[in-house]
Amino acid sequence: MEKEELKNIIECLLFFSDKPLSIEKLAEIMESGSFDETKEAIEDLQKEYELRNSGLQVLNIAQGYQICTRGEFSHWVRKLYKAETTFQLSLPALETLSIVAYKQPVTRGEIENIRGVDASYVLRTLLEKRLIRISGRKKLPGRPILYATSQEFLRYFGLKDLSEIPSLEEIKPPASG
Amino acid sequence: MDYKNDSGTDYKVRLEVFEGPLDLLLHLVRKNDLDIFNIPIAEITADYLNYIKLFRKLNLDFAGEFLVMASTLIHIKSRMLLPSIETVEEEEAEDPRAALAARLMEYEKFKEAASILKEREVIQKGIYGRLPLLPQDEDYTIEATLFDLLDAFQRVAFRVEKEVREIIQEDIKVEDRIQEILSLLENKRFINFEAIFSGQTTKRLLIVTFLALLELIRSKMVFARQARLFGDIRIYKAKRELVA
Repeated sequence: MEKEELKNIIECLLFFSDKPLSIEKLAEIMESGSFDETKEAIEDLQKEYELRNSGLQVLNIAQGYQICTRGEFSHWVRKLYKAETTFQLSLPALETLSIVAYKQPVTRGEIENIRGVDASYVLRTLLEKRLIRISGRKKLPGRPILYATSQEFLRYFGLKDLSEIPSLEEIKPPASG
Repeated sequence: MDYKNDSGTDYKVRLEVFEGPLDLLLHLVRKNDLDIFNIPIAEITADYLNYIKLFRKLNLDFAGEFLVMASTLIHIKSRMLLPSIETVEEEEAEDPRAALAARLMEYEKFKEAASILKEREVIQKGIYGRLPLLPQDEDYTIEATLFDLLDAFQRVAFRVEKEVREIIQEDIKVEDRIQEILSLLENKRFINFEAIFSGQTTKRLLIVTFLALLELIRSKMVFARQARLFGDIRIYKAKRELVA
């Protein structure tokens, strides 16, 4: 398959899909084209969109790729589409999520030790929003449930994978004052 | 039980003055520009207790954890006042504040991590991907979880709660409802989740029906599926009915 053709097919698929598509999935659909060729074609496509200052971008999120609008045009999109744009996570939810992200798999007790408050309500809501998932049970008395982040977590925060969030060592508390 | 329909509203339940005792303590440390490893425990305890008094005065709901922290602070304070027995033998006795300082440090890191996530959330909110297309019948492939079922049930129950005024005593068994759900599915591949509850006007009846549905799912006689996350739920009849 021609390089150009490969790129155009990928563009079609990414345009049509309502969720990120992995390189493996794209390569599988196209039958020909190796992992590396597919990856190269996606990256070419990404550059093309950037070079011509497109209103769209090819994002690398949740271990896949998706064609999305650019942030600077959000105002116009919101004029067209109003639903569910105002919802944002609360501070307790964000704090709990960050603990799950860094300490996963983690139990409710471990989260509560760090935050110093009950976490059951927040955990339930995060589960409902599918931002976290139950990854198993810890081999401790009572076999407490272990929580981990989900694919939806990556998608929600626009992360390629977990390595994109800074490590705990890198995080510096804000300058006091 | 609280049947809230709008899933967005129950995120913030209480006035978010401080997330918890550690949050308050951290605020006091930062406000007064204190060294986290050398906290003047007497002052900070007084400060902390003043806040608790203020919460009371303002009639704010605060969790019991705030009081636990107050007692921890007082405990540390008393340990620092008393001469330690071990100091004679051990050169460096452990600072009673060390454990608290470590907790504060760790908590502050996660607070910062949360604000990094917050920034990403704001950016990501302005970026839109394609919306899911209208689901086709063969798209109903996602197994609905218990949470999805509970959500859907809450929506049904919420609606009924508004409409019903009369209370009628009735005797209804889960087994009967199981048979009725199965008969609804007769000659059909699926029915909508809501359809199972249609015409049911009491909470008791709704709950019994819901239990019947859960039992059917558990015994794999029916499947609950959706086309996308948070989408409508359809109840499908199992291809081959399992004989108990």
